[in-house]
Amino acid sequence: MKRHALSTRLWHWVNAGALVVLFMSGLTISNAHRRLYWGNYGFDPADAWLHVMRFPGWITLPARYNLAAARDWHNTAALVFAFGLLAIWLAMVANGHFRRDLATSARDWTFGAWRTALAQKGTAGMPYNPLQKLAYGALFALVLPLMVATGLAMSPGFEPFAPWLVDVLGGRQSARSIHFITTWALVGFVVGHVALTLVSGPVRLIGAMVHGGRREETGA
Amino acid sequence: MSGVNRRGVLAGLTALGAGACSDLHKTKTAQDVFRTAEDWHRAAHRLLAGRERLAPEYRPDQRSSDMRGNGSLTVDSDFYREQLANGFADWQLQVTGLVAEPLSLSIDDIRALPQRSQITRHDCVEGWSAIAEWRGPQLGTLLDRAQLRPEANFIVFRCADTLYGRPYYESIDLVDAYHPQTIIAHELNGAALPEKNGAPLRMRIERHLGYKHAKYLTAIEAVASLDDIGGGKGGLWEDIAGYQWYAGI
Repeated sequence: MKRHALSTRLWHWVNAGALVVLFMSGLTISNAHRRLYWGNYGFDPADAWLHVMRFPGWITLPARYNLAAARDWHNTAALVFAFGLLAIWLAMVANGHFRRDLATSARDWTFGAWRTALAQKGTAGMPYNPLQKLAYGALFALVLPLMVATGLAMSPGFEPFAPWLVDVLGGRQSARSIHFITTWALVGFVVGHVALTLVSGPVRLIGAMVHGGRREETGA
Repeated sequence: MSGVNRRGVLAGLTALGAGACSDLHKTKTAQDVFRTAEDWHRAAHRLLAGRERLAPEYRPDQRSSDMRGNGSLTVDSDFYREQLANGFADWQLQVTGLVAEPLSLSIDDIRALPQRSQITRHDCVEGWSAIAEWRGPQLGTLLDRAQLRPEANFIVFRCADTLYGRPYYESIDLVDAYHPQTIIAHELNGAALPEKNGAPLRMRIERHLGYKHAKYLTAIEAVASLDDIGGGKGGLWEDIAGYQWYAGI
């Protein structure tokens, strides 16, 4: 059995590309109005809870400020990201990846299990250890859907269909703030994800995410 | 290879990549992909929200302290200053183009039409929002009185203000034109529309971002195609800066 199903590998790289575009174009959009607010409205500096730095050109898309082009990149990559998330959820429920490798059981939620996971050398085995399950679970069930939800909540053409979504998120400007905060949670995940890959045998792990690799059971 | 060289090569490659990406949006392929994505968003919104679903309306106590003015904040002409001073007594709104009965309406004529009041949120493309009460006749009422012809596909809004030396204009399709919350506002928060917000008349098109809401309105023109209007992209910001014509995203 392969370590990673074709659906997982395809989604991983397509989604990685979409996230890079979304992140960099999102920073350009942030530069268009560098203040964040809570509630439904906000434009006055006095009402802002955060004054955001101006993100420099080397990390924005496009490099030279262009709000229209940034929104084009962002709204196009958003379709890839959102429908990709839907597709990978359907695929991992259908092919058993979710139940086999990601779904937690009661004993995954104990300190003992987390200590054992931390003491473990490398993170390359399957199924994932309890901490990996929790991290991927939080990513797939919370962080990624929240990016889609807060993104949709900012769209005036979508809002009439689901005004409750904007209300649940605390208003349009709250949705915008949560979108910004969740971005950095996602950046944190990517940094940790890449770092753990690098210390756990990058050639083998990245190779497995390309050609599928071989599944090595940890017997956990 | 020394560390310095490796860093130099890496920096060079990154700059090359960033430079390539930076101009990629100007290529025809990228533009085609972007416009397709914009169409998909619009089709999805129309499918989900239909023609009639309303943008949220708020209570009076939920309004923001002010309605920020943005873009043009006045019209630089003697006629405008004179009209501003005398309550826009000679301001006329033309309803022209593909209509059977062209109209020319004074501010009093517009006040005499059936009115709609709505407390709605204005979302700027830049990211900020404000909530205010707007009042005026529905655009659909005017189009019906002018007897819109069946060849009409778009409604173009002509404005008195200019940006970067060009007259401001905007356009919407007939779904948005006949949306119940699409009104020609002459009042903001119970008073005559202020100068910075587009006096004497501005559009409210509540399922779109702010740049669609044309201010300092002088004419409403029904057309079959946007190709020959302005730069052909349906609005001033669309023409000069590449903004999306569908501003519901």
